[in-house]
Amino acid sequence: MPYEGMIAETISIKGHNNEPISAYVARPLGAGPYPGMVLIHHAPGWDEWYFETTRKFAHHGYAAISHNLYHRAGEGKADDVAAKVRASGGVPDEQVIGDTEGAVAWLRAQPWLNGKVGLLGTCSGGRQTFLFACRSKSIDCAVDLWGGRVVMSKEELTPKQPVAPIEYTKDLSCPLLGLFGNEDRAPTPEQVDQQEAELKRHGKQYEFHRYDGAGHGFFYYDRPMYRIEQALDGWKKVFGFLEKHLAA
Amino acid sequence: MCTSIVEIVRAQGAGKGESGWFDLTQAVVSYDHPHHALLEEAITIDFMNEALGPSARVAVELTLQSARELSGALVRAIAAAEREESERRRGSQQA
Repeated sequence: MPYEGMIAETISIKGHNNEPISAYVARPLGAGPYPGMVLIHHAPGWDEWYFETTRKFAHHGYAAISHNLYHRAGEGKADDVAAKVRASGGVPDEQVIGDTEGAVAWLRAQPWLNGKVGLLGTCSGGRQTFLFACRSKSIDCAVDLWGGRVVMSKEELTPKQPVAPIEYTKDLSCPLLGLFGNEDRAPTPEQVDQQEAELKRHGKQYEFHRYDGAGHGFFYYDRPMYRIEQALDGWKKVFGFLEKHLAA
Repeated sequence: MCTSIVEIVRAQGAGKGESGWFDLTQAVVSYDHPHHALLEEAITIDFMNEALGPSARVAVELTLQSARELSGALVRAIAAAEREESERRRGSQQA
């Protein structure tokens, strides 16, 4: 059996406006080179599922980093911090973009990176992944897992989220993979249709897969929305997509 | 957590969190994916003090039906309390 090992640790990186934010990094032990993955956590926070998923990517041969978008809300348990952020109206899109740019830059500065970086997010992180892939040119591919509110009504816009991400579709800078549950209500299948129509209209490279019998968050094995068959197929789609776009 | 259903009100009183009692500043009611209750969506109520940090929080996650019943109980209890207060005020004016 070949030797296998990984290192996983919390670090501090420079986020939006060069402010320090915390991040969790996992990568295989060794000199590399490894493709990089940046993970944008979901609205429930920088939680155990994201720490585990960061290690899952390391297990599959990626150098992965999950940065804490809620760092500025203070130290605490993930659910308490997420509640504090929710009470303050969420995090601003500009700040998320700056923090994510910081995570990408940190990966790109590492000697063991193969030069390629992908981005993945679930739930609100899926929305932010799509937004980042449109607003930045620093990544090689993006995976939007059931990102809600890519399509937003005027009433949903706020000073922190002033523009619906779908408006930026023409600027999408890399291949996109999207996985969605047909029973989801955020995004609804109709909203996924709208996003897909916009991607087609602008001639973007994308793959969308939609699952019957699944709603929101069907990868979350610790929640009732977990759907094992759809999740297993979804992970195959994710790793197949990344292999295609992140090989050196 | 992809809904935008969030209602925030100022709250005066006290809540008991992990490290004991603390003064409240706000209550946040939302409908979204819960952290703990085995439900796809829940009415979540957080009683908080935003100045004291994230752990100053008393949280509940309720089914919609439980939230309806709680809402009804609050309305009934508040109506009864207001009747009592008004009788007390009348009593003190007559004395």
